[in-house]
Amino acid sequence: MMLLKNAKTLDSYLSQKGFSSLEIALKKKQNYLISEVERSGLVGRGGAAFPTGLKMKFTAASTSTPKYIVANADEGEPGTFKDRVLMEKNPYQILEGMIISAYAIGARKGFFYIRQEYRKLAKRIEEIITELYREGYLGKNILGTRFSFDIELVIGGGAYICGEETALIESIEGKRGFPRMKPPYPAQSGLWNKPTLINNVETLANIPLIVELGGENYRNLGSELCPGPKLFSVSGFVNDAGVYEEMLGELTVGEIIDYAGGVDGEFKALMLGGGAAGYILDKSFLDMPLCFYHAKERGISLGTGDIIVFNHNVDLWQVLLKISQFFEHESCGQCFPCRYGTKKMREIMEKIVSGKGSKFDIERLNRISRAMKLASLCPLGTSAPMAYESAMEYFHDELMEVIK
Amino acid sequence: MTHITLNGREIEVPADRTILQVARENGIDIPILCSMIDDKPIGSCGLCIVKVMKEGVVSYPRSCATKVSEGMVIETHAPEVEDVRRTILEMLLEEHEASGDLLKLAQDYGLNVKMRREKRVEWPENLFIDFNPDACISCFRCVQACSVVKENHVLIREGRGDEIKIVAGINESLKDAGCAFCGACIDACPTGALREKTYEEDVKKITTVCPYCGVGCLMDYYVKDNRIVYARGSLKGVNVGDDCIKGRFGWEFVHSPERLKKPLIKKNGEFIEVSWDEALGYIAEKLREIKEKYGADSIAGLSSAKCTNEENYLFQKFMRVVIGTNNVDHCARLCHASTVTGLMKVFGAGAMTNSIADLLKAEVFFVIGSNTTHAHPVIGTMIKRAVNQGAKLIVADPRDIELVKYATVHLPHRPGTDVALLNGMMHVIIKYGLVDENFVNNRTEGFEELKRVVETYEPENVEKITGVPKDDIIKAAILYATHRSAIIYAMGITQHTTGTANVASLANLALLTGNVGKEGTGVNPLRGQNNVQGAGDMGALPNLLPGYIRLDSEDVRNFEEIWDAQIPYNPGLTAMEMVQEAGDRIKAMYIMGENPVISDPNQKHSVEKLKSLEFLVVQDIFLSETAQLADIVLPAASSLEKEGTFTNTERRVQLLRKIVNPPGDAKPDWWIIMQLANRMGAEWRYTSPEDIFEEIRLLVPQYQGITYDRIEKFGIQWPCPNENHPGTRILHTDRFPTPTGLAKFSPYEYVPPVEEPNEEYPFVLTTGRTYEHFHTGTLTRKIDGFNKLVPEAFVEINEEDAKALGISDGDCVIVESRRGAIRVRVKIAGIKKGVVFIPFHFAESAANVLTVDALDPEAKIPELKVAAVKFNRC
Repeated sequence: MMLLKNAKTLDSYLSQKGFSSLEIALKKKQNYLISEVERSGLVGRGGAAFPTGLKMKFTAASTSTPKYIVANADEGEPGTFKDRVLMEKNPYQILEGMIISAYAIGARKGFFYIRQEYRKLAKRIEEIITELYREGYLGKNILGTRFSFDIELVIGGGAYICGEETALIESIEGKRGFPRMKPPYPAQSGLWNKPTLINNVETLANIPLIVELGGENYRNLGSELCPGPKLFSVSGFVNDAGVYEEMLGELTVGEIIDYAGGVDGEFKALMLGGGAAGYILDKSFLDMPLCFYHAKERGISLGTGDIIVFNHNVDLWQVLLKISQFFEHESCGQCFPCRYGTKKMREIMEKIVSGKGSKFDIERLNRISRAMKLASLCPLGTSAPMAYESAMEYFHDELMEVIK
Repeated sequence: MTHITLNGREIEVPADRTILQVARENGIDIPILCSMIDDKPIGSCGLCIVKVMKEGVVSYPRSCATKVSEGMVIETHAPEVEDVRRTILEMLLEEHEASGDLLKLAQDYGLNVKMRREKRVEWPENLFIDFNPDACISCFRCVQACSVVKENHVLIREGRGDEIKIVAGINESLKDAGCAFCGACIDACPTGALREKTYEEDVKKITTVCPYCGVGCLMDYYVKDNRIVYARGSLKGVNVGDDCIKGRFGWEFVHSPERLKKPLIKKNGEFIEVSWDEALGYIAEKLREIKEKYGADSIAGLSSAKCTNEENYLFQKFMRVVIGTNNVDHCARLCHASTVTGLMKVFGAGAMTNSIADLLKAEVFFVIGSNTTHAHPVIGTMIKRAVNQGAKLIVADPRDIELVKYATVHLPHRPGTDVALLNGMMHVIIKYGLVDENFVNNRTEGFEELKRVVETYEPENVEKITGVPKDDIIKAAILYATHRSAIIYAMGITQHTTGTANVASLANLALLTGNVGKEGTGVNPLRGQNNVQGAGDMGALPNLLPGYIRLDSEDVRNFEEIWDAQIPYNPGLTAMEMVQEAGDRIKAMYIMGENPVISDPNQKHSVEKLKSLEFLVVQDIFLSETAQLADIVLPAASSLEKEGTFTNTERRVQLLRKIVNPPGDAKPDWWIIMQLANRMGAEWRYTSPEDIFEEIRLLVPQYQGITYDRIEKFGIQWPCPNENHPGTRILHTDRFPTPTGLAKFSPYEYVPPVEEPNEEYPFVLTTGRTYEHFHTGTLTRKIDGFNKLVPEAFVEINEEDAKALGISDGDCVIVESRRGAIRVRVKIAGIKKGVVFIPFHFAESAANVLTVDALDPEAKIPELKVAAVKFNRC
C-alpha cells in the first residue's frame, strides 16, 4: 500500500519512512520539486483531474504574495468516501504532501478544509496538526531549515458546493459558499485574491511518493497512460463495499467490482465518476481500464473514481430522481440555469416516477440539461445533468418504457 | 490590438475588452439581465453566453466576463446558444412575474409563459421603497449597487437554491438595516421589483439641480399633472447618477399642504390672507416710513442661500439702490464666512480650490470638521470608494463619524483646538524636512513667520491641548505631507471664534506641502446650501459687492453706472450683528428664505431681538419659526418651480429648470423683489431670470463668460472670463489672486474657545446635522417618511460619561447651558469623552437655545461648535 498504509500514529508513520520525503524536499530547490511533480504525470484526485504539477507551476509563477495552499477534504460526491478512509488510516502522508507543496510554491500558510459531516475526524486532524507543531514539522524553521509554515483547520458548514474550489475559498474567507467565475483561477487569484494552490487530500498524499521515488519512477507506476496509485470507493450492490487502492490502468471496471466481492444480484448498471455525480453506464463499460485516459477516450471522466453498482432490482428513474433531489438541495442558487434547472429536473422526474411522464417532459429535461451544461456558473450546474444524459444514452429504451 | 472573428466578420479590437463590450460596440445585442458594471460582472443570469472556437476547442463562456483574445471565433447567436437562452427565460417566466427587462426579453423571444408558483413572502413594511418579491429575479444587481457602488452593504443574498432571495440586513426593515435610502438599488433593478412607493407610469422627465446642499447634484424629476411623482440621480451631473435620501425622496415638501399660497398680514396677532397688491403696497409704505424716520441704515436684509443667483443679485441691489444701505447679508455668515476671510487672507480668494471630480485623484484625503457621508453624502461616497481603491484617509473629528471606519488615522481632537492641531502638524512637517521647498520658495511669502509661530507646537504640547496622541499627530502629518493630498473641511473648522484662524491654518498647511493648485489636492470647503456660494458671489454681503468687489475699490463706478445710482460706501452689518442690533439700530428687517430663529445661536436672545423690530417682512415657502414672528409673510416659489442658476461648492454655475408650477399665488422671489423695488421708485424691467443674469455678467468678472446657452447641458465653473473660456477646474495653478501673485502664510497662535467647560457646566456641546434632515428642518420635517426615520432631537454621549451620569440610551434628559435648556433623548455613541453632540434641526428641542453668540472677530461667524453644558433628569 502506498496510500492506504496503516499509519494512524506519528510513530507508526515515521517507522514507515514517514517525513523522509519532507527531509529530502527541503534540501531541494522549489523549481526542482515542481518539475518532478510535472514529470510524474500526477493529475488531481478530486474529480477534475487537472495536472497537479502544472497547477503548482502556475501558482508558483504568480507574482503577488502571500501565497496559500488549501487541502480540500470536503468530500461530498455521492458514493465517494475514499478521502475519509485515507484520513482515518494515513493522515500524516496528506499533511506531509501539503507541507512539501507549500514549500515548493512558496506558501507560508495553509488551510485544511474538512466537511462538517466529518467533524469527529476533524478533531483527530486538529490533534495531529498540534502534534506536528510540537514535533517541529510545522511552525517556524521546519526541520531546522529556513522554511516556516502554518496550517489552520477549517470545518465547513455542511454545503456540498464548498467542495468546489472557489466556493471553498469563499467559505474560508468567512463568506457563504458562492462559487466565483473562472478565470481568474485560484492559482492567480484565490484566497483574498492571492495565489492559492488547492488540492484534494488524496492528491496531496501522492506528493511524498513522488519526492521519494522521483517523478520519472512515479510515472512508471501503473500504466503508461495513467500513472500512480488511486483509491476507488466501491459501493452499491456489491458484497464487499469499501475503498480499494489500485494502480491506475491495471484493473478494469469489472475487475474491481470482482475485487469488491462481486455483484449482489445481477449486474444492471453502474454509476462512475463523482466529481459532481457521475455517469450512469451499462455493461459495455465493464471492460474499460480504470484510467483517466481511457475514460476520456470513451467520452466520460473517471472523476473521483467512485463506483456504485446497481443490480437488476434497481429502478433507474428512482436513481435519477434521488440524484436530482440531491442537486436541487445543494444548488447554491447563484445562477439562473442551475437554480431553476435543478428544481425543474427534480419536479419533472417526480412526475415521471409517479407514472405521469410524457414525451414533452423528456423533451423539457433534455433542454434544461443542455442549458445547465452550457450556461451554469460552476461545475455543479454543468455536471448535474450528466447522470440523466448518460442514462438516456445507455438505457434509452428502459427509461422510455414509462413515458407516454 | 487583437484580431477576432465576430459572427463571421473579422475585426480588430483593443485587447482589454470583454466580448460583450465588443459585441455592443459592433451593434450586436447580446441579451443579458444581470450585468451592471462592465468590469464587475455578476454572472448570475447566464443569458450572455456565446459560442467561442479557439484552436479547435469549443467553449461557451459568459461574454460579460470574458476578454477577447487573438484568434477567437465568436458566434453570439448560435442555435444551441439561442436554445439555451430560451430555456433559461422560460424557467424565469414560470417562476416570476414578468416585468421590466424580463418582460421585454420574453417579448423579444416570443415567449408567453406565465408565472406558475404560489406568491412569495413580502418584505417587512418599508419607507419610500417598495419591493415586489415575485418580480425579483435575484440577479443581485441591487446587492452590487448597495455594496460596491454605494459602500452601504445593506442588501444581501439569503437562502439557497431557488429560494435564494434579497433581504435587507438580517431580514429586517430597510430602516433597521441601516439603509441610506439613496435608491441605488432601484436604479439597478432590471425588472422594477425594487421601486419608489410613489412610482407611476407615463411620466415626463425634467432634469434640474437638487434644492438641498452644496454638492449641486443634478436630479431627474419625473412629473405628471403638475406633480412630482418620483426622482432619480441624473447621470449628467457631478453626482454621476448618485444621490442621497434628500435629493431622492426629499422633494415631497414641494407638494406639502403647509406651503404658503397667499400673502399674509398679521392683524391682531393673527395672519390674514391678502392680495399681492395690498401686501406689496403695505411693505413699500412701511419701509418708506421707517427709512424717512430713522434713515436707510435702520433697515436690514437677509438674502437667501437657497434662492437663485439672480434673486440674490436683485436682493442686494434692492437693499443698496432702493433702500440705500449695505445692511445685507445671508446665512453664509453662520457657516463659511470664515472660509472667505481665511482663504482670502492666504490665497487671495475664498472658494473651493479644486473640483469634485478632481478629488478622485487625491492619494490622501484629510477630512477635518466634516461629517461628509452625512452632510455631503455624494462626496462622502466618492471618498469611501477612493479609499477602497487605495487612497488613504485622515479624519479629524471628536466623533466616530462613518468615515472613521475608512480612516488610516483618526484624530479625535477637542472641539476648538484645530489651530493647535494644525500648527502641530506643520511643526512636524518642518522638523522632519518634508516641506515642499520648491513651492514655498516660488509661490509663497511669509514662511519665516510661520516657522517661528509653529516652533513651539511640539507634538507633546499639542497632545496636551487637543487630546490627540502625539504619535497620531506625527503619523497624520507625515501622511499628508508625503502625498498628493486634498483637504476637505466644513463647519467643524469654520464655526468658531477662531474660524478665520482655523481656515488660514489649513491653507498654511496646504501651502507648506505644495498641495495647492494641482489635481487631487487643494483646500476644499464643502458649502452647505445649494446656493450659498452663489449668494456670496452675487454680493449678498455687507462689505462686498457682486464679484467680491470691495466698497472702496475703483470698480464701484461700474456698478453705479449700470445701476444708475449711488452706492453707500460704509460697510453694513453682518447677519449676526443685524439680529443683535434689532430693536436698537435696526428697526426693520426683510428676510428672504432664512430661518434665524432656529439657525442662529442663543435662540432666546435672537427671538427677543427679532420681536422688538418695528417691522419684519419674511418671504419664504413655509411659515417657518421666523415667519411666525413677522408682520407680513410673502409666499415664494421653491427652486423646483422657477428658473435661474445656482452655483455649487465647486464654483459650478448650473441652470435650473422649472419642474412644476408654484402652489396658489406663490411667486418666484425675483418677481417679488422687482415688484417691491418698483413700488419704491425703481424702474426694473426684467422679463426673466435670464435678463437678470445678463446684467450679472456685466458686473461680475468671474461670471462674464457664462451664458444660459453655454450651461444648457452642464454648468461651468467660474472664473470664466469670456465666452470662449471653458471654465476653471482648479484655482491657483500658476499664480494666486493677490497683489504679489504669491500666497501669504498667515500663522495664528492657538486661542481657546470662548466658553470652556468648568465644574458647573462640565461638557462641551458641539452641534451639527444628521444624514436625513437638512438644517432647520423646514423642508425635511414636512415629510412623513423623514420624520419616521428621525423623529426627534437626541444628544450623543460617550458610553462612559453616560454611565457616570447614570443615564442610558433612550432616556429623556434636560441639557442646559448658561443661556437656556432643552429636552432631548440620550443616544450612546462613539464620541470623545467630555464632548456631546446635538443636531440642530428640531425646533422643539432647538440646539441653538444652548449655543453661545460669540463671534470670530474677522468673519463675524458665531461659535456654534463649542458651548458648555450640563445634564439634568427630565
